[in-house]
Amino acid sequence: MNDNKEKNTVSEKLTKSEYVKRLITLFTTFFKIGAFTFGGGYAMIPLIQRETVEKHKWITEEDILDIIAIAESTPGPIAINSATFVGYKTAGFFGAMLATLGVVLPSFCIILLISYVLREFREIKAVQYAFEGIRAGVLALLIKALVSMYKKCPKSPAAYIVMGASFILTAFLNVNFIFVIIGCALFGLITSAMAAKKEGNK
Amino acid sequence: MIFLDLFLTFFKIGALTFGGGYAMIPLIEAEVLSHGWLELSQLIDFIAVSESTPGPFAINIATFIGAQQAGPFGSVCATLGVVMPSFIIILIVANFYERFKKSKAVSGCMSGLRPAVVGMIASAVLSVAAEVFMPAGFDASVFSDPAIYVSLGIFAVSTFLAFKKLHPIFIVCFSAVAGIVSGFLLA
Repeated sequence: MNDNKEKNTVSEKLTKSEYVKRLITLFTTFFKIGAFTFGGGYAMIPLIQRETVEKHKWITEEDILDIIAIAESTPGPIAINSATFVGYKTAGFFGAMLATLGVVLPSFCIILLISYVLREFREIKAVQYAFEGIRAGVLALLIKALVSMYKKCPKSPAAYIVMGASFILTAFLNVNFIFVIIGCALFGLITSAMAAKKEGNK
Repeated sequence: MIFLDLFLTFFKIGALTFGGGYAMIPLIEAEVLSHGWLELSQLIDFIAVSESTPGPFAINIATFIGAQQAGPFGSVCATLGVVMPSFIIILIVANFYERFKKSKAVSGCMSGLRPAVVGMIASAVLSVAAEVFMPAGFDASVFSDPAIYVSLGIFAVSTFLAFKKLHPIFIVCFSAVAGIVSGFLLA
């Protein structure tokens, strides 16, 4: 089976001390990635590529493209998806665990600290004014994200229907997100199956 | 129990958001607001905090809400919850990823999910816009308050800067300074 060959390709060749060393390097590398990328998500990809492909040669350039494709079609934050994937590819289950822990830990510690000061901080007049300005800036960032998501989206009649429906259902009708997500996934599944069938009949 | 509630809520958020980053905001908004864990204005403020600190937004917001609601152990529960679905799914997919990549079912679902996320972000934009420009709700007096024009100005410049591909941190800094200056000038 092809799938079995894919598994543990790297970890089997390592001696025990090399394996432990690799686990430690995975942790420190992803700790660094987690600590130095602001904004998360796609901002992490170039750093992941530099560290894992160019520096440590754990994975190939092609793997990076696979990671992006997989991260986009699985739920959850891209940083976690790619850390788990790279960790697993290079050192199996424990590799996945340490890489994921590494990428999470810096944000976790920093935000934990901030959460204690933020409340007192908000009492200061200047900070309140700052946040009033910042909210308008965040709206701009959200609109930028909306536009770039729209650009990546397929542009078919079905896609526009889904876009409009999910907007109306969540913005005005307060329909639970779970139903919207499951409904839209099913709709995509059915319409693309129908399209494929049509193609086959021609 | 708050710890279990934090874990399960963030597990749901981690399991149901595709695309990462801002694609998570609509679901986080719905869940966090309905639990009464944050107000919308606080959530918007935290988006800015998250943009100015390292790490992914999902981890940042999970850690923050966990800490606010139930201290450090609350943070651990919420963060573990948001990480777990991706971790498990990637472990499974990593073994079959050639097949996963070519799967018609996966690409079919994604063809519905991608536009759905666009629609949901649009609805989040609408609620954030209402909060930014009319925090006290809509009535005629909104337009006589200079605050709305200040917000509109900061928003216009920020949008221009965002589409000039300026890093979000600079936009946060700019809008903070503009907010402080106009706040003291108006007061």
